[in-house]
Amino acid sequence: MAETIRSTTNSKTSAAAGQAEGNIVARFFRATEIDTRMLGMIGALLIIWVGFHILTGGLFLTPRNLWNLSVQTASVAVMATGMVLVIVTRNIDLSVGSILGFTGMIMGVLQARFLPEMLGFDHPAIWIIALAGGLVVGALIGTLHGVIIAFLGVPSFIVTLGGLLIWRGATWFVTSGQTVAPMDVNFRLMGGGTEGSIGATWSWIVGIIACLAIIAAIINARRQRKRFSFPRRPVWAEYVLVALGCVIVLGAVWIANKYYWPINIARRYAEANNIAWPEGGLLISQGIAIPVLMAIAVGIVMTFIATRLRFGRYVFAIGGNPEAAELAGIKTRWVTVKIFALMGMLCAIAAAISTARLNAATNAQGELDELYTIAAAVIGGTSLAGGMGSIAGAMLGALVMQSLQSGMVLLGIDSPFQRIVVGMVLVTAVWLDTVYRSRAK
Amino acid sequence: MTEQNTPLVEMKNISISFGGIHAVENASVDLFPGEVVALLGHNGAGKSTLIKVLSGAYKRDNGDIMINGETVDIRNPRDAKKYGIETIYQTLAVADNVDAAANLYLGRELQTKWGTLDDVAMEASTREVMGRLNPNFKRFKEPVKALSGGQRQSVAIARAILFDARILIMDEPTAALGPQETAQVGDLIKQLKREGIGIFLISHDIHDVFDLADRVFVMKNGKVVGHARTGDVTKDEVLGMIILGKVPPGATPGPGAMKVV
Repeated sequence: MAETIRSTTNSKTSAAAGQAEGNIVARFFRATEIDTRMLGMIGALLIIWVGFHILTGGLFLTPRNLWNLSVQTASVAVMATGMVLVIVTRNIDLSVGSILGFTGMIMGVLQARFLPEMLGFDHPAIWIIALAGGLVVGALIGTLHGVIIAFLGVPSFIVTLGGLLIWRGATWFVTSGQTVAPMDVNFRLMGGGTEGSIGATWSWIVGIIACLAIIAAIINARRQRKRFSFPRRPVWAEYVLVALGCVIVLGAVWIANKYYWPINIARRYAEANNIAWPEGGLLISQGIAIPVLMAIAVGIVMTFIATRLRFGRYVFAIGGNPEAAELAGIKTRWVTVKIFALMGMLCAIAAAISTARLNAATNAQGELDELYTIAAAVIGGTSLAGGMGSIAGAMLGALVMQSLQSGMVLLGIDSPFQRIVVGMVLVTAVWLDTVYRSRAK
Repeated sequence: MTEQNTPLVEMKNISISFGGIHAVENASVDLFPGEVVALLGHNGAGKSTLIKVLSGAYKRDNGDIMINGETVDIRNPRDAKKYGIETIYQTLAVADNVDAAANLYLGRELQTKWGTLDDVAMEASTREVMGRLNPNFKRFKEPVKALSGGQRQSVAIARAILFDARILIMDEPTAALGPQETAQVGDLIKQLKREGIGIFLISHDIHDVFDLADRVFVMKNGKVVGHARTGDVTKDEVLGMIILGKVPPGATPGPGAMKVV
């Protein structure tokens, strides 16, 4: 978990910092207890961003591209949070892309064919019923996989490899291969776009709430440490952390608000609302996209599950030593089933985001997503040997993968070559991680 | 006195086999409150297997287990813990990627009224228990992986006594330890004994356990050779039981005793 990883790195950094007492950089990191590993990833991300910005001649670090990047990352980031738990328990899930396709198709058929017949078109309840239907189907598929893995003893690699083929095939059978479109008006909001963003005012409100949450979390952590007389960070370090967190959050909001509605949509909006068209054009902020908010909410919930609940503790204990977990009386098989059921539900959430974004459910939806999801989790520091990983890291990993991809698209690199690059980056990232871990011991 | 005559644990005619091989055959052992019973034998004699039946890791094929004279059904580690049976395994069985408190409470985490983990309370009582066992232990926030063998052993022992065990099973408790840590574990066993806890010590090395134990049971080829009070036999005689299956006059022979005298 993030905590365990952090604590190991802490002991290492504090030991290293002991030698270089005068070194201001070492002292800064020791005082703020910023995880150096996470920092390395953020550094890599910044290098990728700046690199592409220069190579594309200033196209990458624009509000528009960053906003699109955030929306494109959402779907894989949602699935990566679940993949962390799967990999931590020494399993793998190769079927997430196909489950995404299948649940997406189920949700598409529900809202485009069945529900309008029963409730009428654009009924306000359609989106939620469709989403709930997708979540139930996703959970059932995941449960089925989990039961076969845990109780029948078939390795997860094989079960989910079978699932990869089976659910992709099943997707085809739902509509005999036809694409289902368009999606329900409200459902479409989950895909982002002009409609599916919350605008400037709400974005600022979300940003301010996030800042308050950061402050509350840091104060609470400090109080807990005080209560048990643990070493506390120096006060200035706490302020630095608060400032850093708030600057990042508010900066992101500011960028999202700097991306304005496309001129045609703004013009239509102006006409519809009898607003005179101003000289410089009407600038209406997009604000944060709804899928991004969904992904962040999933990340927060999953982090809570992984660190604050028994279930999460068991997941990591099983990953660390399955035999010890079993002997401690943990129902390890049920934990496995629950992990896969959760993974299935996350696939359905990702499917909602991607079908809403495309405004259609297709056969090929989510193809290769299993590999991007696994890559995101692994780049984000989840160890394939089990027992280690963090939700935040995996989501950041998803952002790294997506940044590489959209950067290459902006550069006009052919898609075969894109895959070659992504593949090489994955292998290199894991190699660097191995080096890091063997050093950390 | 009748109270004293009811064993804390009585395992009667236990048999278990794996794929046609009788790992334990018709074995009977008993343990009284405040008593230390050593279970001796070569590697593969069946002592660990027998004791894993009691701790719920294996399910017996035949035989009865009685706790305080009542027949009980132990199917898994949770059942065993329900009857106050705690086990410290040879392999220590700790999840080494999480910290000491998480290991102590593994499978029995304390929760707040919101259903979340009560790390604060767990850590507080972990500090208390560890303070009693091993006052030098300070590394509460680190994964168990980072600890020394003795520290890991004290985490494993703390886990067993944290939940008011009545019956403690220790499988090769000092195998991984240095002399000083071994002495520490010895003191700890005496302390637990005074508290009325019954302890099974399992070892293939007689020197580890002879001085700590009140009685010894010796196993060979899956059968009980015999048992004796440590006061009635010498170390050499017990060695004879372990190696040859020869039962000395001071001991009670079991089903596995050498037939020809």
